[in-house]
Amino acid sequence: MSTEFEPVIGLEIHVQLSTQTKMFCGCALAFGEPPNTLTCPVCLGLPGTLPRANAQAIHFGLMIGLALGSDLAPRSIFHRKNYFYPDLPKGYQISQYDEPLCRGGRLSDVRIHRVHLEEDAAKLVHAGASGRIHGSDASIVDFNRGGTPLAEIVTEPDVRSAAQAREWLTLLRTTLRRLGVSDVNMEEGSLRCDANISIRPVGATVLGTKTELKNMNSFRFLERGVNAEIARQEALLRAGGQVVQETLHFDPQTERITSLRSKEEAHDYRYFPEPDLVPVAISEEMLAAARADMPELPAAREERLQELGVSAASARQLAWRSELGDYFEAALASGDSPVGVIIQPLANWVCNELVARVGEEDPNASKVSPDALAKLVALVSEKTVTVSNAKLVLDRLVADGGDPAQIVAAEGLAAIAGGDDALDPIVEAALAANADAADKIRSGNTKAIGAIIGHVMRETKGRADGAEVTRIVRAKLGI
Amino acid sequence: MTAGRNPSADVTLLTAAAAVGSIARGELSAAELFEAYRAAAAADELNAYLWVAGDAPAGGTPADAPLAGVPLAVKDLFCTEGVPSQAGSKILEGYRPPYTASVVARLAAAGAPLLGKTNQDEFAMGSSNENSAYGPVLNPWDRTRVPGGSSGGSAAAVAAGSAPWALGTDTGGSIRQPAALCGIVGLKPTYGTVSRYGMIAFASSLDQAGPLTRDVTDAALLLKHMVGQDARDSTSIGFPGEIALPRGDSLAGIRLGVPQELSGEGDVGIDAGVLDAFNATLKLAEQLGASVHTCHLPHAPHALSAYYVLAPAEASSNLARYDGVRYGLRVENGGLHGMYTKTRTQGFGQEVKRRIMLGTYSLSSGYYDAYYGRAQRVRTKIADDFRAAFDEFDFVVTPTSPSVAFELGAKTADPLSMYLNDYCTVPMSLAGIPAISIPNGLSEGLPTGFQLAGPAFSENRVLEAAFALEQAIGFDASAGRSA
Repeated sequence: MSTEFEPVIGLEIHVQLSTQTKMFCGCALAFGEPPNTLTCPVCLGLPGTLPRANAQAIHFGLMIGLALGSDLAPRSIFHRKNYFYPDLPKGYQISQYDEPLCRGGRLSDVRIHRVHLEEDAAKLVHAGASGRIHGSDASIVDFNRGGTPLAEIVTEPDVRSAAQAREWLTLLRTTLRRLGVSDVNMEEGSLRCDANISIRPVGATVLGTKTELKNMNSFRFLERGVNAEIARQEALLRAGGQVVQETLHFDPQTERITSLRSKEEAHDYRYFPEPDLVPVAISEEMLAAARADMPELPAAREERLQELGVSAASARQLAWRSELGDYFEAALASGDSPVGVIIQPLANWVCNELVARVGEEDPNASKVSPDALAKLVALVSEKTVTVSNAKLVLDRLVADGGDPAQIVAAEGLAAIAGGDDALDPIVEAALAANADAADKIRSGNTKAIGAIIGHVMRETKGRADGAEVTRIVRAKLGI
Repeated sequence: MTAGRNPSADVTLLTAAAAVGSIARGELSAAELFEAYRAAAAADELNAYLWVAGDAPAGGTPADAPLAGVPLAVKDLFCTEGVPSQAGSKILEGYRPPYTASVVARLAAAGAPLLGKTNQDEFAMGSSNENSAYGPVLNPWDRTRVPGGSSGGSAAAVAAGSAPWALGTDTGGSIRQPAALCGIVGLKPTYGTVSRYGMIAFASSLDQAGPLTRDVTDAALLLKHMVGQDARDSTSIGFPGEIALPRGDSLAGIRLGVPQELSGEGDVGIDAGVLDAFNATLKLAEQLGASVHTCHLPHAPHALSAYYVLAPAEASSNLARYDGVRYGLRVENGGLHGMYTKTRTQGFGQEVKRRIMLGTYSLSSGYYDAYYGRAQRVRTKIADDFRAAFDEFDFVVTPTSPSVAFELGAKTADPLSMYLNDYCTVPMSLAGIPAISIPNGLSEGLPTGFQLAGPAFSENRVLEAAFALEQAIGFDASAGRSA
């Protein structure tokens, strides 16, 4: 019997902070401006220039630390991380090293190792076929991004699967979005995630050799990249090989993993305390300001929603994807029906039907207003429209927007009321047309009732209530 | 035609403070003074200037500007908008910054317009000005000798009279030592009192701008308009109060400490002539009412070693930006790494490369604690030594430089003997405290320097004491001007 392996994963997340200005100069931050228009002598690293730390970035860093339950250092210092690269105009990155702003903490089931502040590098575009700096015809640098404040969040190796990594990162993104400290957009690069991955036999306590996987620029690619690397390591070990400590690059197009550099090729960054900056001393005022700006965080919201009567699973989904939670709470506030009646159905409609239609998009930006969804759920609860036709109404709302009651009326989707008047003759006809099925039902095969219901639904274009049809069939067949 | 001044007199003979007074009294026009210095700087034969202004600033100097339009020579490494700022290096040849250093802008606003940019050791690394990519500066007292460094151009220009005063920078002695070797006054202020914004960095935790002047009064006057907090330099703290012009002539009650470790005993190798001048000045100080006693800075003998770990470490990082990508020299050599290598190989001089190598080594993984970490601990001890000394003494005094100006080429082959020039000045740099060098005599016909250091922010007391000594010494600097 072959060994079962367990992945051990730690994440390193870089978050671009949405401050007014850059980390160490007064240049504005903006995405998509013409190249090299948001620069100054400081962020271009011109001779003689000096950095000065951005107070808002420190404020945001403290808020992140508070949200993660970290210890906030009363005094932290910046270091220089030295290496040559064209996107690094000073030849070093100002970062934090052994005295970071925040240490420890936890978010859900993953412990936090540290959070520190640093500056982002500029953006390189490589001309030519390779798409990488080596072998390119030329490389051009856009310094607009250079000097953008970054918070680097490092977890402990507490993640055990790619799916968990993705789910946890979703929670982190929601937390950061609730804090209002970042756009947290993976595609635009304001949220970037690297993963340190190793595997070990289940039950082992010693960690395996880890690799660092970079460049997973979406939630989907994170999951795929981590899975691909786990599979690569497993195959390697099963074939009697060994994992080599190295930095790996995940290509989202081909899903191939290639080596960037081995441990031997790793940079010696020659960290030393940045002599151009004084230590960051956190005052009581700064702490009080950070606490005052703290919003309700996902964990608290999850708890509150459960207290309202939302199921545990729905509450987590609504709280961890805060745009869903915001949408849900807006719908709840708009509805005419008593909250107690529609709360869980509404949660189900948001988490299942709406998400199925809008995917990863923010439903608040869709054509379905929270008010319209609340009305639709109320129509279903009142049996004014059947569940299956309500889904058709939602399709229309997603496509065109509008009022659900009007759509029901215009499309003739109103449910046929139960009782003998309207449904009785249709059920009679269905039994006559499906005599075999009727016999099977009489002889105890209740599953055969599906054929009768299907017939009625076709005849009524879904306007019949399935439960009512079942009741009438049973009555007529005397079972 | 104004009264009280002979129109044919050489206006460049006036000290800067005297020139400010003459202009204020209407005896002299700022434009005339600027032109006199501009012509003198343009005619300089000492290689002291790398660039000389073509014209006085457009629009002249405002009538109420406290420095009245007395022009200023500025060490090359201060960034000056649109004007070459090369830090004495080939790698920045022709580089014209888009902005002006805070202290230069501050002085221009106070009425000291830019006269020229002065030669220096490349990136301020050197004690003889022989490390300039633009050739050595000659000492105006003897053109076969060095002017000291790294602010050698500024010192030579002031000594020769082609500038009324000048800005320099001091990292381990780069203002004080050339001031001593050229027979002028040089002051390194307390670290943090003058903004470093726009100073092309050598070693950030040590670099400090200061005045090089003909006398102590000029040093006080220039410094008065240099100090101040700058939002663009977060390590700047400004100066508590104002710098005052010195006027006292007594040292009554002043306690001078002469550190045994820095005054010739042991292996310092201070020249006999320098020591004679130093002891003569101590006698004068006693006559002015000071008490003179031996004091101890037990860690001072380690200062030079610590300095040559810390300064190169910071320099190796500060100089990483000269990579050929954005400005300055760029030598293509097939690909990124080839370009980096060739640009830096051709762009940096020998001494700069030596210090980049030293600094890179001492910051390397596995060596950091043994070198950088240890040197930082020595630095702390040295600061503690000074604090203890200042409990008992008002000032610590030493010879500024172990020797008078040496001959060009005499020490270029032996970096360690060159480094020893800074033996007496480096401890004050590591401690971040103010220190002044004043000319106190001649040895072999060449000037010697007397260094006086006080606690942090004691500039006014340092200037007062230096002024009193200056009056008593009565140093005749005219031999330097005859160059």
